[in-house]
Amino acid sequence: MLYKTITKSDFEHLIDFILEQNEIIAPRKVGEKPDGTPIHQFLPIEAFSEMDLDYSKTEYSAKTYFLPFRENLSTWSFGDGGWKQDIQYRQKPRAIIGLHACDIHALLKLDKVMLKGPFPSPYYKARRENTVIIGMDHEPCGSGFCASLGTDILTHGFDLFLTDIGDRYFVAVDSDRGFRILSQVPLAEVTDEDRRRYVRARAAISEKQTIKVHTRNLPTLLDLTFNSAVWEKWGSKCLSCGACAMVCPTCYCYGVKERVCMDLASASKVKQLHSCNLVDFAEVAGGHNFRPTREHRLKYRYYHQHRGFAEAYDEPMCVGCNRCGDTCLAGINPPDVIADLEQENP
Amino acid sequence: MRYLGIEPVKPRVGIFDFSGCEGCQLQLLNKEESLGAFLSALEIVHFREGSSEASDDYDIAFIDGCVTREDEVVRLKKIRSIAKLVVAMGSCASFGGVLRHRNYIDLDAANREVYGDKPKETGKTRAIHEVVKVDVTIPGCPVSKTQVERIVQHLVLGVPFHDVVYPVCVECKQKFNTCMFEKGTLCLGPITRGGCGAPCPTGGLGCWGCRGATVDPNLKEFKDLALKRGFSEAEIDERLAFFGGFEGITCASI
Repeated sequence: MLYKTITKSDFEHLIDFILEQNEIIAPRKVGEKPDGTPIHQFLPIEAFSEMDLDYSKTEYSAKTYFLPFRENLSTWSFGDGGWKQDIQYRQKPRAIIGLHACDIHALLKLDKVMLKGPFPSPYYKARRENTVIIGMDHEPCGSGFCASLGTDILTHGFDLFLTDIGDRYFVAVDSDRGFRILSQVPLAEVTDEDRRRYVRARAAISEKQTIKVHTRNLPTLLDLTFNSAVWEKWGSKCLSCGACAMVCPTCYCYGVKERVCMDLASASKVKQLHSCNLVDFAEVAGGHNFRPTREHRLKYRYYHQHRGFAEAYDEPMCVGCNRCGDTCLAGINPPDVIADLEQENP
Repeated sequence: MRYLGIEPVKPRVGIFDFSGCEGCQLQLLNKEESLGAFLSALEIVHFREGSSEASDDYDIAFIDGCVTREDEVVRLKKIRSIAKLVVAMGSCASFGGVLRHRNYIDLDAANREVYGDKPKETGKTRAIHEVVKVDVTIPGCPVSKTQVERIVQHLVLGVPFHDVVYPVCVECKQKFNTCMFEKGTLCLGPITRGGCGAPCPTGGLGCWGCRGATVDPNLKEFKDLALKRGFSEAEIDERLAFFGGFEGITCASI
């Protein structure tokens, strides 16, 4: 890894440079909750001033720029006794600025499924490869428990990663592409003082990580509590609305439907992200439903996040952002559910 | 045009209006970009709002509105006896819609209030399925033309059609909306059948439940969370009753 520092005004120049030829997605303030808490979302920007990098957590993750809620997989049209298929993988280059460590970890986890599995997704790959990631350190978000999952710090998965060390940014460079972009502004070598400031800045962030979730040996704990009443307690509250999966930075389950144009001259395969909490998620031919109750469905969401994924990929799927807990109207959140399981005496 | 080698049937279709605003049948003439193709897929033989033809020979009957008078019962039963397939189109046809409110008030008093000493014949609101057998239900106020198109494709070609069974929240989240409850607004999204694309929350209005209850709605938790956020029981019940789509669904049955 290469480390450099740049001044804050040069960072602004860097953004201007990227904007000249690329789309930039960055955190923007879109509103306020009744209590005055700002609401942020990752949205396209046209000027540096539209970004608000001092955000704690966006309401939605940046997943949508890699795995959109809805995407057209293939369109085909009929005519002249035959048919033509049209598949578009192309993605214009874009940069996402200001992703926090947890959200970059989420992309690394999605990579394992979408790129490194037996069936890599060309749609995902095109977006991933044509997206520059410029991440940024930030104080803990309040409800997240990333530190318990080790997703509060990063060693790869970005082009550039910035840490605020006062009058300048300490920049970790993890790709040739990142270095070429960064070289558009004057770079300074890291001094001893910069090192000290970086270590202090990181330590200050870590100290503020107060939410602890016991995740060691969680896959086994989940096995042992499979029939626990905890699932009934939380499951009975579940609205089966799928909001948790929609805001989750790693949930990737989906369904595919065929959409036929009204003139019958063309049709397309459309993919839509789904959620394991929705009532028809596990419904199969003949109407049989493998997960007929809310309790079952909620349980299996936790099992996929913290057990099944861990078994397949040696790490949980959850990054600890707690967006699911923040968005759940019924108050279902991983720290409380896992704490309840901990209390069980199987 | 054949699709996947299947020769589509071109059914004779009648569109009939009962009590209601008739906005759903007007929807059939919207979505201009595919209107020509839509009209070509069907042979519309009875459509008061769209055609001067009025035939009594049809395969499919689309019913707009609900039943509030005895003469409507007679007309509906006749339609049922002719049509091979009856489609209840819109919230009024599906479960009474806003006219369901008539069932909770003194109708005689209302009749006197409106018509004075010349009262009109009127009765309790009934959904179409409460009078005759319904084969397909398309809820919504108004219905979504896209959904009507999918049902027509299903009927003429056998393209599979499944109405969504998840609540409005899924599509609302997919529009990147901030939850209406976060904004301090009551919203039936978590218990209302989706498929509408969440236009109301996207426009800043909480869901009023025009598509009726979703499959297996968690009404108990919904009421709890709405009460906890300061909405009164009366306010919640009034909202649930607005389109009539939650009638008969109680906390106890869940």
